Amino acid sequence: MWYFISPKVVFGEDALDYLSEVKGKRALVVTDKVVRELAAERVAEKLREAGLDIEFYDEVEAEPSTSSVARGLEVARRLQPDLIVAVGGGSCIDTAKAIWALYENPELSIEDIAPLAELKLREKARLIAVPTTSGTGSEATWAAVITDPAEHRKMELAHHELVPDIAVVDPSLAKTMPPKLTAATGMDVLAHAIEAYVSQWANDFTDGLALKAIELVFRYLPRAYRSPDDMEAREKMHNAATIAGLAFSNSMIGVAHALAHSIGGLFKIPHGEAVGMCLPYTIEYDLPEAEDRLEQIAHHLRLSYTSRREAGLKLADEARRLLSEMGLPATLAERGVAESELEENMDKLVRLAMSSGGTTINPRIPSEEDYRKLFRYIYEGRRVDF
Amino acid sequence: MSGKYRFPSEEWIKAFKEELNRNKEYEEAAKDWEGDFLFVITPDEGLDREYCFYVDLYHGKCRDARVVASRDEVKTEFVYEGPYSNWKKLIRGEIDPIKGLLTRKFKLKGNMAKVMRYTKAAKLLVETASRVPTEFV
Repeated sequence: MWYFISPKVVFGEDALDYLSEVKGKRALVVTDKVVRELAAERVAEKLREAGLDIEFYDEVEAEPSTSSVARGLEVARRLQPDLIVAVGGGSCIDTAKAIWALYENPELSIEDIAPLAELKLREKARLIAVPTTSGTGSEATWAAVITDPAEHRKMELAHHELVPDIAVVDPSLAKTMPPKLTAATGMDVLAHAIEAYVSQWANDFTDGLALKAIELVFRYLPRAYRSPDDMEAREKMHNAATIAGLAFSNSMIGVAHALAHSIGGLFKIPHGEAVGMCLPYTIEYDLPEAEDRLEQIAHHLRLSYTSRREAGLKLADEARRLLSEMGLPATLAERGVAESELEENMDKLVRLAMSSGGTTINPRIPSEEDYRKLFRYIYEGRRVDF
Repeated sequence: MSGKYRFPSEEWIKAFKEELNRNKEYEEAAKDWEGDFLFVITPDEGLDREYCFYVDLYHGKCRDARVVASRDEVKTEFVYEGPYSNWKKLIRGEIDPIKGLLTRKFKLKGNMAKVMRYTKAAKLLVETASRVPTEFV
């Protein structure tokens, strides 16, 4: 037995108009200061048309911390909204999810937002997610990543109930993304989709979504990166992010995310960049256990190869080619991490990766020694050969 | 004697303890783990009464594993509970231990967040149970 969980997805041009019809009295709009100017005011306007009173919480930080959540929670407790509307990238949506869960469950602490918790939601408010980046897919998932600043640890909060009620996927909101952000968030989409497809928990409901998202990324991400005004590419990538979100949320992330959460938390590397960097290595690492699945992806992309192993290696090379085309770092050294810094933090990096949900459900479950090697290979840029 | 251990029984849980303490992969994955469990097997499919195992896991080793008379006999940090039919599937490898929790085939009482940081250890724990030659009632 397993579930497929999805929000109602409103997508395409003018999807924002849907918000002028939502029911409610008071909305808390969770966003950051930049997105407030670029997009959240537009969202608020639509909500006002629907007759809602609006209050902003616009202090979400990049790679949001527990204090971002705590400040937003104070606002929610004072305002008592019946609608929480997250507007922004994964940081804003994840922060809104945590605020929502704690607003509805005042007896819980943030660490309690775990899959098996008795979490009651939707008694006080509903959650609408309006993504402005095409990456995390958080608008469609039951996960939220919040950083514990004391431990430099990315907490992977998750609960089936955390899936937003509605995802408004309007491509016009993504067009202001600068090229570097387009590139990094797009690589996150690719990682979600590939990891969902090779996951031990991959299933008939997620396979098609994962393959479609992979296809869309290879076809449209370079265009969206090179030509920010290419609205077809923007729309396809915006859809791809949500589609990949649905795929991995209902199967699972894997080792690329475990590695990326680990290095992202310690070296302050934005998530998309970190996971994009790790992805080619983890495709190679997964090969012994997931040759058939990786070959299916290569086949779907019409790559040419003569063996399953070669198919997987070519897929890894295609991911490297995307990184290179978009000027993203392919190694930790290139990203400016010193070797001494890596070695000094190695034990903590490994410990964090081992405790990630991405470790256990990956087709090949890494040992501590595997993780040490993977971090060193990613530092040096070596093809994985173990 | 068929060389198999009847589940649930004192012999089975002792065999599980020995098997677990031989598992180097588990030892590595659980090397920082501290916490004891009560495994509760509720009756169905031919099991006539509730059985409980006390299992003390510490730094990658199983320090103690035994049958206890009832769930009230010991107080543990965690309680992992499910019907006999689901335990059989778990031991046969037909249920993923984490999915089993997420789909409520098993219930876990205790600090969920702590357990979720050791999902690899949990998975290896169950795989170890699958290695014990087992016969069911």
